[in-house]
Amino acid sequence: MIAEAGHYALVLALALSLIQSTVPVAGARWGDVALMNVARSTALAQLLFVAVSFTALVMLHVSSDFSVANVFENSHSTKPLLYKITGVWGNHEGSMLLWVAILALFGGLVAAFGNNLPLSLRAHVLAVQGWIAAAFYLFILMTSNPFLRIATPPIEGRDLNPVLQDIGLAVHPPMLYLGYVGFSISFSFAVAALMEGRIDAAWARWVRPWTLVAWIFLTLGIAMGSYWAYYELGWGGWWFWDPVENASLMPWLAGTALLHSAVVMEKRNALKVWTILLSILTFSLSLLGTFLVRSGVLTSVHAFATDPTRGVFILLILCFFIGGSLTLYAWRASTLKQGGLFAPISREGALVLNNLFLTTACATVFVGTLYPLALEVLTGDKISVGAPFFNLTFGPLFVPLMMAMSFGPLLAWKRGDLLGAAQRLTAAGIAALVAIAVAYAWTYGGSTFAPLAIGLAIFVIAGAMTDLAERTALFRAPFATAMQRARGLPRATWGTAFAHAGVGVALIGIVCETTWNSEYIGTLKPNEVARVAGYELKLDGVTQRQGPNYREMIAQFTVRLDGEKLSVMTPSKRNFITRGSSTTEAALLTRGASQLYISLGESTNEGAVAVRIYHKPLVLLIWWGPVLMAFGGLLSLSDRRLRVGAPKPAKASRALQAAE
Amino acid sequence: MTRKQRRLTMIGGSLAVLAVAAALVLNAMRDSIVFFSTPSMAAEKQIPAGKRFRLGGLVQPGSLVRGDNLAVNFSVADGSAVLPVAYKGILPDLFREGQGVVAEGAIDASGVFRADTVLAKHDETYMPKDVADALKKQGHWKDDYGAKPSASAAPTQGAPK
Repeated sequence: MIAEAGHYALVLALALSLIQSTVPVAGARWGDVALMNVARSTALAQLLFVAVSFTALVMLHVSSDFSVANVFENSHSTKPLLYKITGVWGNHEGSMLLWVAILALFGGLVAAFGNNLPLSLRAHVLAVQGWIAAAFYLFILMTSNPFLRIATPPIEGRDLNPVLQDIGLAVHPPMLYLGYVGFSISFSFAVAALMEGRIDAAWARWVRPWTLVAWIFLTLGIAMGSYWAYYELGWGGWWFWDPVENASLMPWLAGTALLHSAVVMEKRNALKVWTILLSILTFSLSLLGTFLVRSGVLTSVHAFATDPTRGVFILLILCFFIGGSLTLYAWRASTLKQGGLFAPISREGALVLNNLFLTTACATVFVGTLYPLALEVLTGDKISVGAPFFNLTFGPLFVPLMMAMSFGPLLAWKRGDLLGAAQRLTAAGIAALVAIAVAYAWTYGGSTFAPLAIGLAIFVIAGAMTDLAERTALFRAPFATAMQRARGLPRATWGTAFAHAGVGVALIGIVCETTWNSEYIGTLKPNEVARVAGYELKLDGVTQRQGPNYREMIAQFTVRLDGEKLSVMTPSKRNFITRGSSTTEAALLTRGASQLYISLGESTNEGAVAVRIYHKPLVLLIWWGPVLMAFGGLLSLSDRRLRVGAPKPAKASRALQAAE
Repeated sequence: MTRKQRRLTMIGGSLAVLAVAAALVLNAMRDSIVFFSTPSMAAEKQIPAGKRFRLGGLVQPGSLVRGDNLAVNFSVADGSAVLPVAYKGILPDLFREGQGVVAEGAIDASGVFRADTVLAKHDETYMPKDVADALKKQGHWKDDYGAKPSASAAPTQGAPK
């Protein structure tokens, strides 16, 4: 009964989305307010029905109703409750349902909080959302219905893939989808602007918060996925340049560019046409990511069993939306008036440079990800493009971007003073040089490249702080005045500083982890000791344990540093009976920002275990960086200017803000 | 600066960055791309010793020999040719005799494939997509490899040295 209700709710949501995608457009054309308002009610009703449908699937999974094929294939009655819930989106059908549910959520939010949008703009935006939603409802209902019944229900399910039975599955996919799908809003705004042939600074002020929300979630989602891979796959890697990872990185790069170009558009009314194009490209890359992951053209952690009809269907959706929006762009972009002149050396110029490097970096990732597919289709040759390719292309493009990152916020709008900015960055430059010298001296004889990269990271962090210090007149004015000015600064300025510093922090982590990572790989018998980076790890013994749906082999290690006992680490290996497969549960010991990492291999007959032990210096910075970036995004989002409808900040509103 | 000059500066700058990026991509393409081969394709193409490639096929049943200190030897077969593989390290969880495998490395002077990475990259039918496609092409595909219809995620597991 629940399955049928869920299925029916989904069909109703499709019907509503079809109304939402047509009636408001007609209303906008005829200037009929009632028809335009249909968009709002259908968007909210659609959200309600998708929510019903999604809840139904969750209930089926929780109650282990194995008469539903989706539950049978991905669940097991002994599976812990958390994984019964997260297992809902740990498979193709369920994750597509989550995708549309989030799409409907964003549509619903625009409908609920978009009261101050011009009526016709809101009608158009929601209509475009309706088109996207309709396409994906059709996709789910026709090729991947999660509510299909099995004629003769089995007694027990086939369990969820053990690798996915982890708390990471509860966080990573929803975050990532909030990011991916969140960009649909800026896409809809862009298409709506093209349809209306009108775009102004207010448009950018509406689009920016939505883009920012999507960007924050995508940043956290990618970071979370990376940390999950790091501790779950058992060999300590945190980024593999796997096509599926690239599929999420590309929208992130384009989305970051979009955030920056939207600033120029909001403040200076320039770069309009480019901002529109970026909005379209960012969501197109999100769709491409969905296609790459869902169609099964790639095999990776995320590849679900292949069904050609699904691939073709998503490819059609992809062609329709990307082709359609780009055609509309080519046709209508010339009607948008250009405005806001600026000199090459100015804040705008710096942001253009940022966009140039981000989109070019995005393009190299695109080439590296799709070239093997294209080659296989054209010549039949199978190749793999791995980390070396991306390190050689992506890396060099990010260096100038990060150098310019400190200068940008210090330049004035319209016409900047490069020399002045350079002078103000002297302190940051000195800090960077000192960092290079210290890192070089400390690791004398090692890599020469790593100290330089650390210097660059320090320059970025110090540059971000310089910007704050300049604006608050710290060191120049009395401390109390500086504090007062700090409170008065727009939150967006704080956000910029945090986000930029986050990039530097992440870079330090990446460089330290890849350069000074030490490892021990070998077999250990009980009471034998392994030495890694000054730590002594003694294998105390190996025990067996029975988990809810697996058997576990646990090894216990005592960790000592300079003869002093620090802690006990217990990595394990789990054997899942139902699927007959095993997973490696690594043990992590955090020391500051560094980590010790142990994962187990197979055990031999003589009671010895194969182990991998890593010492990863400052590895946590790799994820603290993105968290800082997301926090910066959050600060920006709370800026009063971005609260839609708030008046443009005047001098008077500063005082108000300080009082909040 | 006139409007035209400004525009030219921008376009010139963009083109310069794009040119640099294109040069980087082409350069990286030449050096860092790895081809995929099965044992019989490797024999046919006579891949020279020392050239890196990805070897895919089935782990020959009974060929797995574990040596000292995590050294492992096994053979990869594709129905018509067999290539011995030497690897040192921990094999991925999903590595099985008789199942599909992909290894990355190069053939040494004695004709042994020295792998530095072994991937067990497949879904629950234990068959990597690349290997399945290659076996199908050579007519060695048996349907029972892919008999179980599955809707599950496929773990990628690697064991780099």
